Amino acid sequence: MKIPQISVFLENKAGRLAHVTRVLRDARVNILALSLADTSDFGILRLIVDNIDQAKEALAAESIVSMVNDVTAVEVDNRPGGLAAILDALEGGGVNVEYMYAFAEHRAKKAALIFRFDDPETAIRLLKGKGINVISGGEIL
Amino acid sequence: MREDLFLKDFLDRDSLRQIQFTRLRETLERVYERVPFYRKSFDERGVTPADLTCLEDLSKFPFTLKTDLRDHYPFGLFAADMSEVVRIHASSGTTGRPTVVGYTQEDIRIWSEVMCRTFHCIGITPNDVVQNAYGYGLFTGGLGAHYGLERLGCTVIPMSGGNTEKQIMVMNDFGVTAICCTPSYFLFLAEKAEEMGCPISGTKLRKGIFGAEPWSEEMRQRIESMTGVGAFDIYGLSEVIGPGVSSDCEVKCGLHIFEDHFYPEIIDPATGEVLPPGAEGELVFTMITKQALPLIRYRTRDITSLDYEKCACGRTIVRMGRVSHRSDDMLIVRGVNLFPSQIESLLLEIEGTSPHYLIVLSRTGAMDDLEVRVEVSPELFSDEIKGLERLRNVIGHKIKDLYGLSAKVSLVEPGSIERSVGKAKRVLDLRK
Repeated sequence: MKIPQISVFLENKAGRLAHVTRVLRDARVNILALSLADTSDFGILRLIVDNIDQAKEALAAESIVSMVNDVTAVEVDNRPGGLAAILDALEGGGVNVEYMYAFAEHRAKKAALIFRFDDPETAIRLLKGKGINVISGGEIL
Repeated sequence: MREDLFLKDFLDRDSLRQIQFTRLRETLERVYERVPFYRKSFDERGVTPADLTCLEDLSKFPFTLKTDLRDHYPFGLFAADMSEVVRIHASSGTTGRPTVVGYTQEDIRIWSEVMCRTFHCIGITPNDVVQNAYGYGLFTGGLGAHYGLERLGCTVIPMSGGNTEKQIMVMNDFGVTAICCTPSYFLFLAEKAEEMGCPISGTKLRKGIFGAEPWSEEMRQRIESMTGVGAFDIYGLSEVIGPGVSSDCEVKCGLHIFEDHFYPEIIDPATGEVLPPGAEGELVFTMITKQALPLIRYRTRDITSLDYEKCACGRTIVRMGRVSHRSDDMLIVRGVNLFPSQIESLLLEIEGTSPHYLIVLSRTGAMDDLEVRVEVSPELFSDEIKGLERLRNVIGHKIKDLYGLSAKVSLVEPGSIERSVGKAKRVLDLRK
């Protein structure tokens, strides 16, 4: 299953991240997961949120450049070897991970992993073949 | 009456040369008699107005430089009595102290005429509602365009520069069909209009008359495809008269010089020698009808060429190639000559780049550093670092290919490069 992710361009300047989070707060958008990739002079903030359309609209209104694309969310048990099991399943399938990030849910003893694969269809097929739980946007909420 | 005015653009070249010769001879006599600077410089050259027996003889006469205007600041080169001078304008002083120019009643009439011919050339008619967003004041743009538009019979809205939201409101509410401003300000207006939810493409605007700063052919295509507005280049400089020296026509293949008033030559900027038609060199003007400030062989520092072939629009007056750079704009970086307009062309060749950029020059030790800041548009943005790195590399390679220079390319957020309501600021030189 694929879920939508919103990515935001950030210059490496004090206060830029705070500005984006304030815009989302004011639009009453809740952030479920995020990662920040940075280079020496710019960064990309990637977010999974509860209301992607509202987020996109609020950011555009502030002239903040963003884009929406699909990523794959996978749920595993929150225990040693959880991530390794997923990567094992992909091994030899010719699928590359462009980037990934994760968040853990302590009470449910589960972790959700967000992947950007170069070939998501193959990746999902391989994962499902190994009985790994690929989750939908609705479930993550 | 007005038809007669436009016929001047279609004269046969022999008649035109006859008119030019008579006017040139009168002008040389006028300045020789009235302006001590010209009497002295003609005498030093050993020439008098009587030495002009044909138009080509003008090459015997000395040049006038921008520094000559500054040395005689403010009114020292005027050829009319101050009682006859009805208007003063001054250059914006982009390259130092302002240069001051004056107009008699007759000069204002000439100026209105050439601006009227400019708008006619672009296909503006009395039915047009024109928003004039050139600055009104010492700058020649606002009043120059205003008088020409009124002479043509358009409905003029004298907005002047700035106050962008109001400009957009007026454009919508008054059914504006044409606008006069700098190309960079128009881009800013288009961006703002989009933000306000009333994009330019949804208005009645169909033509933009853009001047007062050098811009590229790529910028023209970008403006036209982005907004659906026809973009026309006009050329002028306050020392000659202001806007109204030359203009694009609807064919857009060179700017028609109103040469029954401004006699052009192309010279080799190094030797001062007159070059044959078609050769590229520095543009020089002699104002053959002006009263208050008729300059002889004024060196514009603009590099272009002249084409005397009849235009597809039918006009016989000479065309100059668009001036994409002034020699004054040239930057020297590690010994390499570079023009901001070349960087602009190079950026706009890349799909999705924004037309907002800034060239920053700094110095580390004895080395010049070149940085190009480009705004990231939604079309350029990628969720992967490598996508943005690729973009930076493409820009960096293009600069390297063109100049052999390594440039730092910085991607910056939209709107972070300062927008200008007049002439765009493309260069930040921190090397001083």
